[in-house]
Amino acid sequence: MKETWNKYQSDKFYDELISSPTRARKPAQKLVSYLKSLEESDLNSRQQAAEATIREMGVSFTVYTEEGSIDRAWPFDIIPRVISKRQWEKTSAGLIQRLQALNLFIDDLYHDQKIIKDGVIPKFVFDQSKNYRKECEGISPPFGVWAHICGTDLVRDADGEFYVLEDNLRVPSGVSYMLENRSIMKRIFPEIFEKVDIAPVNDYPDKLLETLSSLSPRKNKEPCVVVLTPGIFNSAYFEHAFLAQRMGAELVEGSDLIVQSDNCVYMKTIAGLKRVDVMYRRIDDEFLDPEVFNKHSTLGVAGLMRAWRDGNIAMANAPGAGVADDKVIYAFVPKMIKYYLDQDPLIPNVETYLCYDDAQRSFVLENLDKLVVKPANESGGYGILIGPHSTKKERETFAQLIKKNPRNYIAQPTLALSTAPTITGNNELGARHVDLRPFILQSNSSFVTTGGLTRVAMKEGSLVVNSSQGGGSKDTWIVDTERG
Amino acid sequence: MLSKVAERVYWIARYMERVESTARLISIYDNLLFDLPRSVNIDWYNLIVINSLETEFDQRYSVKNERNVIKFLLGDSTNPASVFSSLKSVRENVRTTRDVVPEATWELTNELSMFVEENINQGINRRQRHEFLNHIIKGCQQILGMLYGSMPHDAPWQFLCLGRNLERADMTTRILDAGTTAYIVLSDDDGAINSRQIVLGNVLRSLCADQAYRRIMRSTIKPGPVLEFLLDNTDFPRSITFCHHSLLANSTKLPSSKKVIQKLSDIQEDLKRNTQPYTELNSELSQYLNQLQIYHGEIHQVICDTWFPRWD
Repeated sequence: MKETWNKYQSDKFYDELISSPTRARKPAQKLVSYLKSLEESDLNSRQQAAEATIREMGVSFTVYTEEGSIDRAWPFDIIPRVISKRQWEKTSAGLIQRLQALNLFIDDLYHDQKIIKDGVIPKFVFDQSKNYRKECEGISPPFGVWAHICGTDLVRDADGEFYVLEDNLRVPSGVSYMLENRSIMKRIFPEIFEKVDIAPVNDYPDKLLETLSSLSPRKNKEPCVVVLTPGIFNSAYFEHAFLAQRMGAELVEGSDLIVQSDNCVYMKTIAGLKRVDVMYRRIDDEFLDPEVFNKHSTLGVAGLMRAWRDGNIAMANAPGAGVADDKVIYAFVPKMIKYYLDQDPLIPNVETYLCYDDAQRSFVLENLDKLVVKPANESGGYGILIGPHSTKKERETFAQLIKKNPRNYIAQPTLALSTAPTITGNNELGARHVDLRPFILQSNSSFVTTGGLTRVAMKEGSLVVNSSQGGGSKDTWIVDTERG
Repeated sequence: MLSKVAERVYWIARYMERVESTARLISIYDNLLFDLPRSVNIDWYNLIVINSLETEFDQRYSVKNERNVIKFLLGDSTNPASVFSSLKSVRENVRTTRDVVPEATWELTNELSMFVEENINQGINRRQRHEFLNHIIKGCQQILGMLYGSMPHDAPWQFLCLGRNLERADMTTRILDAGTTAYIVLSDDDGAINSRQIVLGNVLRSLCADQAYRRIMRSTIKPGPVLEFLLDNTDFPRSITFCHHSLLANSTKLPSSKKVIQKLSDIQEDLKRNTQPYTELNSELSQYLNQLQIYHGEIHQVICDTWFPRWD
């Protein structure tokens, strides 16, 4: 497919695989020369093989529609995205630094609120924070860590630098797809794994189990770890089951658990009740415990918060950790890193305008057609205005929304997101925008996945990478270029 | 092990067994009808009767012909016992128990249900039916074999066996019952002796039992030995006695199993006490089989109450 390859270009954008038409970047050189050696028709037949493999492996995600939820096969593009090992080491260090600062911040917030008293972050930001939980005040989880699992979205701008786009500290998903993408690649392109030094990714489930186990309140016993899922109709159920299986943990739903009068959590087993030590919960705070939060929730467990406050069960992420999962708070992370760690951030933020600030708001309102506007507390890419792709009517709606609730909106410049060659049908390659979601773990030690989940906007020019909105994914390779 | 997961594993085995039995039953029935004289009045609708699905069938179809019966048993999504629905249930249950069954279960189940979905017409048309059904049977056996070779024999395994053995025992009563019905119909026919032989032979084949029967019983196909073999043999995996013994053995390996063991022992005592050896396929046998089916319902209930209780 030499010809197809030589035609490929990505003008204006930083491309992940090529530095200019026909010139591959160093970490991608072996991959590109291998791809060039394939027949043109090979590309589509391998893509089809990948799709068949995905169906057979049952890798799926759920999309909610008006007619009910549909189980869809995981969208996957077979051309991998490549990052050099040296660059990744730098990025990893930055991600660890960031999560450390965020955890110090959350812990501070639920205790003395020094960062507010010292005037680094204004108080009113929290008064209106949707994910601040009064019920968590004064509680000290193990190691002072609240967010044990974090999925941070990184993007590369035209300058080739990584920027943090957002931190997902509630129940980030995608890591199972990262692992499955690699298994698919190994089946589809077995030859290439012999030629290129690709760092493995499959240590994540073990690291996750270690992280969770380290939180157990009963140190003398092998901890009983469970994964709490809302159930089969949740869009990420596949992942919940996948992770439970890979860790050898029980996958439970709220109805499998019960809190007894000793304020301990038990699961209902064939041999009676068994005490649970650590819970990796994949349910939002509001649904965790009908005694404390949403009274109508049937997903959670009545009394769970009592058990957690008494230290009888560890929860990851801890309730209340989502307070830092707020795009206004995000804007302050560089300051947090300075304040708590006395360091400079290793990975920069994307420039962010806070609409609660009068001057910044009027700038945003004047430049709606150039900016991306996001609500502070949504996920999944919903409720976003992408200025350059918007209609006049949409901009007017957003202007109203911002004026009505300025604290709840931020704006960022439209980034020239990097691209990667992606199969577009008919054996053609097109430049499509990508982002990257690595996963970071923290308890008494820290860990970052090797690479992460690369998401790709399958439509030409689109910046929306969310799988629920037509995004796809790619395998992500960390390649050691120094070892030849 | 979570009660709910145990329950799902138990149902995986039951549905899986049902898929295989149904596929086998249809393919044998095809053969049977070819062999019987044209004057004999046995039709496809018997398959609906065997599985106690008359009401469901009659609601859907007015014509009780081959095509409708096969469609209903293989591909009908409104029939919860069809191969299609059963596989869907297996898939849903595997999907929610992936942490206790070997990884390959999920992939193989997916493959099989995709195959059935995509090729269902092959099963409905006679020409490719045999091949289609064979593929299903092989698919089931592949999964069973994989489980047998890679699953630790702890609690999940015991639940899998409980489900399988109970469903098997029940299926054996149903196939015998169907044979008995055919047998009785044939009694007034001239060619009866030959036809009855054919029916008995097909009962054995439906249960994968003909080869084992000949080797163990060392007899031609006659009602007395066939019944002894299918009801009382202690070594053949689809005989009633073998299944009951296995249920007991599986239960003793599980926690808090006192009530289940009690129930199984009671039933065994009961069966021993009341049984004079059956030598004919007649209405008395039919009643006995009916009693066995009631026992199977009771065993299912006590398994649920013991290991899958509703705590609240």
